[in-house]
Amino acid sequence: MRFYEYESKALFARHGLPTGAGSLAQTAEQARAAAAQIGGPVVVKSQVLSGGRMKAGAVQFADTPEAAARQFEAVWPIRVNGEQPRAVLVEAKSAVAHEFFASVTWDGRRKLPVLLFSDMGGIDIEEVAAQHPAHLSRTHFSTLLPLTERSAKEAVAAVGISGGDLNRLTPIVLRLAQLFLDCDLTLAEINPLAKLADGSFLALDGHVEMEAEARGAQQALLAELGIGEDETRQARPPTDFEREGARLNAADHRGVAGNVVEFDGDLGLVIGAGGGSLTLFDAVRRHGGRPANYCEIGGNPSVRKTRNLTRLILGKPGVGKIAVMMNVVSNTRVDIVARGVILGCLDAGRDPAEAIAIFRIPGSWEEEGFRILEKYGVEFCDRSVSMFEAAGRAVAKLGGAGA
Amino acid sequence: MPGTFIEVKVDAATAANPDLARQLRESCPVDIFAQREDGQLRIVEENLDECVLCDLCKKIGPKGAVQVIKLYE
Repeated sequence: MRFYEYESKALFARHGLPTGAGSLAQTAEQARAAAAQIGGPVVVKSQVLSGGRMKAGAVQFADTPEAAARQFEAVWPIRVNGEQPRAVLVEAKSAVAHEFFASVTWDGRRKLPVLLFSDMGGIDIEEVAAQHPAHLSRTHFSTLLPLTERSAKEAVAAVGISGGDLNRLTPIVLRLAQLFLDCDLTLAEINPLAKLADGSFLALDGHVEMEAEARGAQQALLAELGIGEDETRQARPPTDFEREGARLNAADHRGVAGNVVEFDGDLGLVIGAGGGSLTLFDAVRRHGGRPANYCEIGGNPSVRKTRNLTRLILGKPGVGKIAVMMNVVSNTRVDIVARGVILGCLDAGRDPAEAIAIFRIPGSWEEEGFRILEKYGVEFCDRSVSMFEAAGRAVAKLGGAGA
Repeated sequence: MPGTFIEVKVDAATAANPDLARQLRESCPVDIFAQREDGQLRIVEENLDECVLCDLCKKIGPKGAVQVIKLYE
């Protein structure tokens, strides 16, 4: 889940990271008062979750409180990527000498957090990585052991920084890494991290995202930030299809058949098991398939739960077939899932043999499950067929490139 | 009326015995058995396909009193 800039900066401040003076405004008068309190030039920034504020004209500068009020009126109506601002942040305008970039995120390949640091801040970090690789350092660290001061210093020094700047930047990246671990974040980014004319450093903008599964563990923090339990903070509001998926999942405590995300393809996916959903979704796309949805099933969902999910997916306009695929399962029964998807097909008025492009769930009770599938003429395969190959077969049945 | 995949048959004497009916109701993890107001057994048809084939019900009452039939075999 994403945090607004003002929330990100509140987190930064809690962890001893340098942030500037500022306050939120929801009226022009509040913006004027905030600027007057700051007592100098200010920046007026729309608070939205999506990027592209600057390009949209939702970040403006003002030299006087009256100008700040006018800029509020200019910024407030702007929808950035269709998103209405929650508030406007009025902050002191800083005299920036140089901009840096500091970020901690998760490296899925190494399965470790990684600290990214660059002396080229304020621009797209992917561009820096591609065109100026010597200006970007990557430092992996443990989730169990904190990033050491030495490693943090090496990360900063790796892009050619030394002397006083090195000494001032090292504790900043250390605290950013600690914030990442303490708050179960998936992203803690300061960009730009500004060096001011007086030699001090300041987080001019912040991007923070928290692991959605950590909401329970981080309840106190979220409450402190004023983030309600009903705020999903997703990149876009859930669709009706997604809301219905969540409702069906919540209606039955047994197992999981949820996390439904809508896409505009023609191949419905009933997928899951230990990261299997992500792998299978990618495999379908790699074969040229167009998923109609993402979802996660596992933990031995009831027949009814799988049935309802299948009916929902098959009822989505444009879905030609579904692929029922999982990694090898130990805590989900193949026969129970088989019953559920067949009943879901029947509910949707579809012949399971025609509607199910492939059933690839090896594991517990697979012989029983395969007997059920045989009776209904559904194509199935065991673990001798890889998830990638099964995805290819499903795509091929819909006329895609496939296996 | 059977489910799509599972049918459960209980002999008349067992179904009419409130104590055995209670044991069946309490044994089933997916609520296939319930009891009427008079204590007699009632089979919850909408739950038949949820049967996990645990066979706990088959251990209640006289041998063969409860049959769990897989309709896909």
